[in-house]
Amino acid sequence: MKEFALIFRLKDIADFKPSPEQMQERMNWLGSIAAQNKLVDKGNTLLPIPGSAKTVKPNNVVTDGPYTEIKEFISGYIIVKADNIDEAVEIAKGNPIFDQVGGNIEVREVLKRD
Amino acid sequence: MIDTKSHKELLPHLFRQEYAKMTAVLCRHFGLKHIEIAEDIASDTFLKASENWAINGIPENPTAWLYTVAKNKTKDYFKHISVFETQIKEAIKSTELETEQNFEFSSQNISDSQLAMIFAVCNPTNSTESQICLALQILCGFSVEEIANAFLTKTETIKKRLLRARTNLRNDNFQIKTLSETEIKSRLDTVLKTLYLLFNEGYFSKTNNQQIRKDFCSEAVRLTLILTDNDYTNTPQTNALLALMCFQSSRLEARTNDKGEAVLFDEQDKSLWDKTLIEKGNYYLVNACNGNEVSKYHLEAGIAYWHTTPTDQNKWEHILQLYNQLILIEYSPITALNRTFAFAKVYGHDKAISEAEKLKLTDSNYYHELLGYLYADTDFDKAISHYEQAIGLTKSKTEKQTLTKEIERLKEKNSR
Repeated sequence: MKEFALIFRLKDIADFKPSPEQMQERMNWLGSIAAQNKLVDKGNTLLPIPGSAKTVKPNNVVTDGPYTEIKEFISGYIIVKADNIDEAVEIAKGNPIFDQVGGNIEVREVLKRD
Repeated sequence: MIDTKSHKELLPHLFRQEYAKMTAVLCRHFGLKHIEIAEDIASDTFLKASENWAINGIPENPTAWLYTVAKNKTKDYFKHISVFETQIKEAIKSTELETEQNFEFSSQNISDSQLAMIFAVCNPTNSTESQICLALQILCGFSVEEIANAFLTKTETIKKRLLRARTNLRNDNFQIKTLSETEIKSRLDTVLKTLYLLFNEGYFSKTNNQQIRKDFCSEAVRLTLILTDNDYTNTPQTNALLALMCFQSSRLEARTNDKGEAVLFDEQDKSLWDKTLIEKGNYYLVNACNGNEVSKYHLEAGIAYWHTTPTDQNKWEHILQLYNQLILIEYSPITALNRTFAFAKVYGHDKAISEAEKLKLTDSNYYHELLGYLYADTDFDKAISHYEQAIGLTKSKTEKQTLTKEIERLKEKNSR
């Protein structure tokens, strides 16, 4: 079994706060992965809102958020285990955000630092 | 009232109830190293009771009688020891023994001793299986035969397990006399887990002996209640566990029929549910929500709470969400299957089938039972095939019977 990070990106900051129904669907998706015993880390949400997001750049340049500059922002991640990347991609396909708000999920194999 | 019961009926009941308490109090005074002495005195006391009561009838207050005899036997023991000590080693006059004689079987001492004993028994160096056996024997007074019967295991296996566990108990250096806050805190998780498993052993036991199953459950409740009496152990988690036990216990009568066969949830006679226990469950669940902690006991108690409310239309959605949270805290095949059952209740059997098949728990009879149930209305052959696999996998006779009946019902329905 390998481990894969699923990194969630949303397009619109307005989509960041899901409705109770959307939340329920997301929890069902997460629960389904856990029920298959494939969830390694339930991950965290990364707050994109002002005061919670800054970007540090060369020469001590600090800008607010990522949200002022790029169209997509990372909203969170989880780590799953799967036999190969195709299986991890299948897991990602089931995520309800595609039907709910749009956005994308980046699937990346985790190479552990020892 | 006492006259109507013969001593033969009363004694086993009293034995189980008081033997464990008596041993706990005595152990606290002798120290865990000498647990055998404590158990000998307790056994002697009950032997004397059975002899005496057979001739003289049962005394007015049997419990008080037992404790008086136990106290006298303890004094005799110390007298004997001190005669021995003074004769053999003249120089030594043990002042320690003098003070140790001064103890009462007061309700406070009994409850403190039992609490200390619970923490001594739930020693993380023992396997959880051994802890449960030890708890059943030392804390609840069950015999080796009764324990073996409940586990569907040979008595020899249980004896071996207990022997190892008791050696660890004696050598543990656990300070049973002064149970400190740090000791309580470091072991409370283990204690709760053991009590949780002890309850489940009764609730989900494979044995057909209904009485012993109920006894296991009520003993687990009794021990957890002791934890709520102490400030250090009366935590939100303890209350959540107790709430869970109360909710589950409320359905004990309804979930088996006269023949000992399991009655499915939907078919249970809800008038048999114990309302008092449900109310108690509610009370402890409210206590459990004192604070922000959400443990697996909270979630399981929440699920059990929703099961006791038959009317709410969003019930299964709540249950599914609680299962989602529960499986994120801790994976277990049973939780995964139960979650899928709740999913079926919310989203229908078709969607649930693909959820269920993803679990790939093909070695589990419950997995095949669930799929049999989900396919029953849409794909007759698959339903039968899954039920048959479940029958092949289960060890429980009553479950085999229930499933065979279900197959017959489907076949009959299909031929019409």
